[in-house]
Amino acid sequence: MQNTAVKIQGLTKAFGANNVLRGIDLELPKGQVTALMGANGAGKSTLVKVLCGVHVANAGSVGLYGAHYMPSSPAEAISAGVVTVHQSINDGVVPDLDVASNLMLDELAGGAGFFMNTRKIRAKARELAEAIGLDVDVRHEVSELGLADRQLVAIARAMAHKPKLLILDEPTSSLSAKEAGRLFELIDRLRAQGVAILYISHRSSDIKRIADRIVSMRDGKISGVFDDKPLDYEGAVKAMLGRAMSEVSLDIPQAGAPVLRLENMALQPDSKPFSLDLRDGEVVAITGLVGSGKSELADVLYGQARPAAGQMKLKGEVYAPRNQAAAIKAGVFRTPKDRATNAVIQGFDITKNITLPFTERHAVGGFIKHMSERKTTRRMVSDLGIICQHQSDDIGSLSGGNQQKVMVGRWMAEASNVLVLDEPFQGVDIQARRDIGAKIRETAKGRATVVMVAEMDEAVEIADRIVVMAEHTIKGEHRNENIDLNAVLAQVAGVESGQLNAR
Amino acid sequence: MQGNETKKARLTPMELVIKYGFLVLMAGLLLFFSLSSEFFATPRSAVFIFQSVSITGILALGVTATLVVDGFDLSIGSTATSALMLSSYVMVVWEMSAMWAVVFCLIMGALVGLVNGLLIVKMKVPDLLATLGMMFLLVGLQRIPTEGRSISTGMVMPDGRVTEGVFSPSFLYLGRHKFDFFIENLIPVSVVVLLVLGVIVWGFMELTRHGRLMYAIGSNARAAELAGTNVNRYKVLAYMISGVLASVGGILLAARLGRGDIASGNNLLLDSVAAALIGFAVLGAAKPNVFGTIIGALFIGILLQGLTMMNAPYYTQDFVKGAVLVVALVFTFALSKRGGAH
Repeated sequence: MQNTAVKIQGLTKAFGANNVLRGIDLELPKGQVTALMGANGAGKSTLVKVLCGVHVANAGSVGLYGAHYMPSSPAEAISAGVVTVHQSINDGVVPDLDVASNLMLDELAGGAGFFMNTRKIRAKARELAEAIGLDVDVRHEVSELGLADRQLVAIARAMAHKPKLLILDEPTSSLSAKEAGRLFELIDRLRAQGVAILYISHRSSDIKRIADRIVSMRDGKISGVFDDKPLDYEGAVKAMLGRAMSEVSLDIPQAGAPVLRLENMALQPDSKPFSLDLRDGEVVAITGLVGSGKSELADVLYGQARPAAGQMKLKGEVYAPRNQAAAIKAGVFRTPKDRATNAVIQGFDITKNITLPFTERHAVGGFIKHMSERKTTRRMVSDLGIICQHQSDDIGSLSGGNQQKVMVGRWMAEASNVLVLDEPFQGVDIQARRDIGAKIRETAKGRATVVMVAEMDEAVEIADRIVVMAEHTIKGEHRNENIDLNAVLAQVAGVESGQLNAR
Repeated sequence: MQGNETKKARLTPMELVIKYGFLVLMAGLLLFFSLSSEFFATPRSAVFIFQSVSITGILALGVTATLVVDGFDLSIGSTATSALMLSSYVMVVWEMSAMWAVVFCLIMGALVGLVNGLLIVKMKVPDLLATLGMMFLLVGLQRIPTEGRSISTGMVMPDGRVTEGVFSPSFLYLGRHKFDFFIENLIPVSVVVLLVLGVIVWGFMELTRHGRLMYAIGSNARAAELAGTNVNRYKVLAYMISGVLASVGGILLAARLGRGDIASGNNLLLDSVAAALIGFAVLGAAKPNVFGTIIGALFIGILLQGLTMMNAPYYTQDFVKGAVLVVALVFTFALSKRGGAH
């Protein structure tokens, strides 16, 4: 069985009374990419944390090439050859150090000697960077790099340890398609070198591109292993959810009157101006690569930035919000992306998180009416299907998908004119994604809804109309019916839409 | 969040320790001192404890306000002593009334807080550094008008003039009067001020939306901002609350001493910070909270009073305070994390 790199047997882990892992049996072959799928709360993260030494299992064993492996700290895991690249990229790098120091960090931390030989460090770092196709000047500070390069630095650093098992936890969640492509090329190369790779992702496109086999997890157990080619992705989803996932069929309604009109809007001084109408009852998906101007547009809508040129009209009136508070007052709401940094208030319960922007509406003379805010929370919990024991549960006790539902619920709890949802499906499983999507569509009447998504699947699943952005302007618009995905993808890549019909 | 919601889930032993450990420790301490010293468990002794912690407690409320927005105010001690010197100067040198002394001090406290807040939100100076700078500034400033001497009636000013103003009786009332409460002359004014301010600040932090938003800023300022909160305004407000409360403490200290003593108030900063941090451990809050701060201040007071009655030498006091603080911080951080409660 020299082909098996990792053999996990009967692994269990409980936190208090909560059994998260209930006996995991899993083998990871060398030189193959095993994709791990599971709904939020299935125990994926816990399994990863046991493997990389953050948590210690209650029972069971892990063998690494036949040797007993049960790390009690991350450092031990790394020295045994199990290297993990975590979801939040900035956990893997030190932004204020240069690339060379980052790549050699573990050696610096554990090495002998007192003074650093800068020249030697840079030479060695360059070698590492080259080996994985990372093309940056190693003297640059990591904080100057883009997300993809940071990710590659983190992986390059991991490669310095000659890993036997590489664990990638949603590595593409912050990357553009092009950047993800570079990551996949790297994974291909590592696979050829015989590294066993455990790849955790919610993205079907990632899994279809990279995986040799799929393992599904449900309720702390392995619920399915799929290694026959072609990979049975639908089967894996079914095993992960415990039932089949139906296709989404959209019923595209007649859009109402324009709510928000963008007129000759230029996001940057040199970008091409564009106009866009957002209509009542309509769900518009805006898609594009990282850096295409989606975020800048959301910033402008929400009063965080001002356009270089052009103006907006909200229900006929000129709309030029000075700040977020003014936008909210005008009924323009935004759910930000990256909920952990931009949205979740740790230490607050579900209720306090939901009512955060609208405390004024739940207060008399400044004093909060608890009955009123609890009523709102109860409504959102049942509307969105937030799974919790009580509305006073701490937000940190919820799974990622449910936290995301709370964050969306925060802005759906009150009526809005324009609702901008920035990557609302980030890091949520397919079930939570469908729940949130269905709710967005169901409540769309009476407001204009804008959903910013990088994934085309998600855009097709939710929108009446898909708007493609590139180079800080609109490259094309498509009614979401019999959509020509190739044309859309060409526009996403920045090709002009001369012959393409815009609705 | 504070014990008024009954959770169905049973608490594990570790969670019980985290939640009630510190209160049990305090009850045990009270019992121990009551048994060892016959004078400890008397109303007079209780009031003495209250009085000894009242000024620290008022300053600690201000520290709590800044901690809530994830800030820190190192300048409270020197703001308090500045208020002490300013009120003395107003009455003794300028020969104005007690009311003016109080008004000037409160305005000074609010101004100090405003400058602190603006340095932090507008000039982007990190909070510890900004308030450290303010601390030095005030320590120096309060010495300049009198060339470093304490202020009292009959002192000679730098220009050769002899001061003739006096501390007005109504001002001294603030520091020396005791209300009758079952027993004659029992409750000092400063204790009443502490309780009233404590209730006000508690109500503001726990019951109003402004307090809620300040806690949100302390937890995730970016998220609070994206939810439309004016983060800068609330941060400045927190430092102004801190400055005003510190000046109230300084006024009460001046009224108790009856002179502008340049050397008093050395311990105010450390004691009040300790009280606010000990407050983290009360009821397992693991965050700044007004109730915990008051309990924290009381805890230090009880401990020192008890030790004094048992004839422990005065120079052991700081050591004891330090030990209590370290234990409280362990309760807050190490235990609550390991229990998996967060």
